[in-house]
Amino acid sequence: MDGAKLPIILKKGAEATLYLANWQGRKVIIKKRLPKKYRSPKLDERIKAHRTIHETRLIHEAKKAGVPTPTIFLVDVKTATIIMEFINGKQVKKLLSNITEDERRSLCRGIGEQIGKLHKYGLIHGDLTTSNMIVGSEARIFFVDFGLGEKSKELEARGVDLHLMKRAFESTHSKLAFECFNTVIEGYSQKLHSQTVERVLSKVKEIEMRGRYVAERKE
Amino acid sequence: MKKEKRDNAYCLGIESTADDFSIGISTFDGRILVNTISAYVPLQGGIHPREAARHHAEVAGKTLEIAFEESGVIPQELSIIAFSQGPGLGPCLRTGATVARALATYLGIPLVGVNHCLAHVEIGKLQTGVKDPVTLYVSGGNTIVSAFDSGRYRIFGETLDIALGNCLDVFARKAGLHQNACEPFGAAVEKCAKRGKELVSLPYTVKGMDMSFSGLLTAATSLLRENKYKIEDICYSIQEIVFSMVTEVTERALAHTEKKEILLTGGVAANKRLQSMIRAVAEEHNARFSTIQREFAVDNGAMIAWTGVLAYKHGVVTSVDKSFVKLRWRLDEVEIPWMEQNFQSY
Repeated sequence: MDGAKLPIILKKGAEATLYLANWQGRKVIIKKRLPKKYRSPKLDERIKAHRTIHETRLIHEAKKAGVPTPTIFLVDVKTATIIMEFINGKQVKKLLSNITEDERRSLCRGIGEQIGKLHKYGLIHGDLTTSNMIVGSEARIFFVDFGLGEKSKELEARGVDLHLMKRAFESTHSKLAFECFNTVIEGYSQKLHSQTVERVLSKVKEIEMRGRYVAERKE
Repeated sequence: MKKEKRDNAYCLGIESTADDFSIGISTFDGRILVNTISAYVPLQGGIHPREAARHHAEVAGKTLEIAFEESGVIPQELSIIAFSQGPGLGPCLRTGATVARALATYLGIPLVGVNHCLAHVEIGKLQTGVKDPVTLYVSGGNTIVSAFDSGRYRIFGETLDIALGNCLDVFARKAGLHQNACEPFGAAVEKCAKRGKELVSLPYTVKGMDMSFSGLLTAATSLLRENKYKIEDICYSIQEIVFSMVTEVTERALAHTEKKEILLTGGVAANKRLQSMIRAVAEEHNARFSTIQREFAVDNGAMIAWTGVLAYKHGVVTSVDKSFVKLRWRLDEVEIPWMEQNFQSY
């Protein structure tokens, strides 16, 4: 990483570390996948390389779907590193409870539209939480971290995606969860056929009833 | 097995979910007095459910006799009968359940239906002393990463198709690796893998927290026909890849739950390579790694007996008319009142 100086660790996840750094005169995010000691070095290399490429591809595909994502500057498969644009903005997580009801509604509708665009294009984000969405300049909503994403148009995958979104609202914005999720669905419905939306939503319900995630399920 | 009896209550447990018919007797304070296992060995191929059930019916009487003889307990001293009610193969489960109902009715004592997967976790805790682990349970029938959270053992990841042990077994059979009838198929793969070192490309399939092994099995089997790679290298690669998959999911569950113990159980737990991977993850997260001796890691009656005790002590009794077997009974459907105490008083 020539030219990268003063990297600050932003986040240490189970799979990768995120750094904030200066690179070629820009503020960038460096995402580096960590080696896992338990697996053989060759397999480790293969998995990291595969996931690095896969994630990069999804970030790029999302742009084609019309969803703002960070611009990729450099991918180094050997070191499992992605250097990408630092989005100057605010995490939706931090915004939600500090804005007016109208602003919140329009933000959630916007989020829903973005998810709709992704799904329509056949992309699944895989980790739709409010910390993976950043509101940048001109109120553009950026989606980041496609590490768990996939290409799919299956109802199941779409359902799980929305289910995760709902769960994210419930766990971090419990008071607003109901309103937020419903407004997200309003936006989502703008981008997909009403029939499709209905089927995805009944899938979400089905996923909830499977009970792997709910404590209150009976029988 | 010699033991001093004192005044104690006994639970007899019957395990018959798949190819093993096993009887165990546990005291109410968790001493295992006997754990006798009779395995059905197919003449060829895998487990045929009906044939396995026939085996179970044939050996049931004798296995019971041995259990009573070795433990010194007489039937009239038993307080409860526990049996594995699911998940598993229908004909096999029904055979065990029939024996259990007959015994309980004859002796006039309560019957307790036990979840097989839960029993694996509970006997692991009893034998190793771990309290609240992330459990990786890998066998011929199940592949489950679980941990306790608000009232139940939650499933964090599991197989989407075949079990990891099943994958190893079928491969060993197709490759003709299995020479010794007393040795498990998985052990044959492990032995062969020790001489391999070249990593062959096979699908690594982790979807979210769930895993898939059937594609890998198909790919590995077709490599056999190609004759391009050494069998040792294929075995080595299968092990490296499938074990990395379960280890990755276990690590994520550990990171997410922030638990401080990992329990490795099930028939595949005997594999040294898998043990070393899970141990490495435990060390990295400052967690305690535990695995249990084979007798209690494979399907066994003792685990059913002990889990029956736990359930009975917390008011769980299965009336005969509700004692039908549940072929797809999930671990996360079972309420665990005995764990709740650790987290809230009631």
